[in-house]
Amino acid sequence: MEKGKVNIKKLIVIGGSAGSLEVLLRVLPGLKVPFPYPVVIVLHRKQSNDNLLTELLSLKTKIKVKEIEDKDALVNGIIYLAPGNYHILFEEDYTFSLDDSERVNYSRPSIDVAFQSAADVFGGALTCILLSGANADGADGFLYVKERGGETIVQAPETAEVAYMPEQVIANKSADKICDIDGIANWLNRM
Amino acid sequence: MEISVDEQDLKLLLNDLIELYGYDFTDYSKASLVRRIKRLLTLDHFPSFAELRYRLKTDPDYLNRFVEEITVNVTEMFRDPDFYVALRQQVLPAIGSKPFIRIWHAGCSTGEEVYSMAILLHEAGLLHKSLLYATDLNPNVVERARQGIFPLAQMKDYSENYIAAGGKSDFSSYYTAQYNRVIFNEQLRTKMIFATHNLVSDSSFNEFQLILCRNVLIYFDKELQNKVFHLFDTSLDRLAYIALGSKETLKFSGLHGTYKQLGSNKIWRKEK
Ligand SMILES: C[S@@+](CC[C@H](N)C(=O)[O-])C[C@H]1O[C@@H](n2cnc3c(N)ncnc32)[C@H](O)[C@@H]1O
Repeated sequence: MEKGKVNIKKLIVIGGSAGSLEVLLRVLPGLKVPFPYPVVIVLHRKQSNDNLLTELLSLKTKIKVKEIEDKDALVNGIIYLAPGNYHILFEEDYTFSLDDSERVNYSRPSIDVAFQSAADVFGGALTCILLSGANADGADGFLYVKERGGETIVQAPETAEVAYMPEQVIANKSADKICDIDGIANWLNRM
Repeated sequence: MEISVDEQDLKLLLNDLIELYGYDFTDYSKASLVRRIKRLLTLDHFPSFAELRYRLKTDPDYLNRFVEEITVNVTEMFRDPDFYVALRQQVLPAIGSKPFIRIWHAGCSTGEEVYSMAILLHEAGLLHKSLLYATDLNPNVVERARQGIFPLAQMKDYSENYIAAGGKSDFSSYYTAQYNRVIFNEQLRTKMIFATHNLVSDSSFNEFQLILCRNVLIYFDKELQNKVFHLFDTSLDRLAYIALGSKETLKFSGLHGTYKQLGSNKIWRKEK
């Protein structure tokens, strides 16, 4: 485990709600393979116990896509997907813990919970990306990530199917960068 | 403003809990434990971490509140219906041939899982020769489980879960509704034994054909998970089963080699 920990120089966490799946389906095919860092995706989804989303995302990239199980270790070059009905938390030894406590912002998984926990462990080595959505989840998380030196990127509201979620982090001034969909893909590949 | 919880302070508080009350949370998942403590600091308006520690040391009644809020009691009947289909089709026929069936629900919370299991056993014609041991470290939830009274408002969802889990009867025949609550039938409850049991510090107390420990181990770190898996191992008959939550796994434990997983279900059979 220690070895993995030393090897991981950066973590990317992407959060999204309504309208964000389409963005991912456009961004993932363009990501370079192998991808140098772990990527964690936290989506609000209706169906909880289906593998459909994992399969759907897998079809769009050569990068391995894995739904998170409790205590899985972070590994570079893998895309992790938060399971439905659990919050995801990051441990100091770079493993995941799952948590089925109360919803946050009506959501489980909550994007805020994931962003905040990732910031506790990764601080300045964290990049968070917030996509389309109709919920304020992610806005507090973005502030928290900034306070701890992390980087924040938001999908440009005018390119989002539902602009509400991106607008919240522009309003609270916690976004470092505002990118359209191609911009997000380019940014990830240049990291 | 959020209060930060530093590692040294946390250690001191956890030590107090062991020394004063015998509750050991040391090997719980740090990320989750710290998050729950921060939440409690906010909920109960503590100005600092030190004040929480002081309150816990001086007010034994507050311990109840602490345990209640630090642990997570979320549960439902027929949670993950596919899991119950696998129990019906693969596990019950196998353990049903025994003259007597003992099942342990470790971390039963308010009991929804236990009542679901009793219904399954009843429908398989096995309830009369079964005993369901339901334990949790939190005495409050154990007491609620014992009563078998649940909010009427949840029955619609539970009934849907029941049908998705392969239930063929009328779900409402298993309970009686009174005002906004329901009480489950006496016939189901007579087969249940409730007790407090702490997986961290208490030992094995019987041999079982099936142990369910679902969505409890996610709150433990890997070492503690392993310790609990060994406790389960000594509590399982040969060819008995262990069932975990839908995102939990036996694969990081030392037992991995001697247990066989049933397809992709979170159910393993003890082979040796
Ligand atoms: C999320 S609930 C799971 C309920 C049910 N098994 C389910 O999956 O729906 C977790 C339960 O584990 C219990 N628990 C936590 N730590 C425990 C320990 N050390 N020993 C026994 N039970 C514990 C909590 O009190 C809580 O009721």
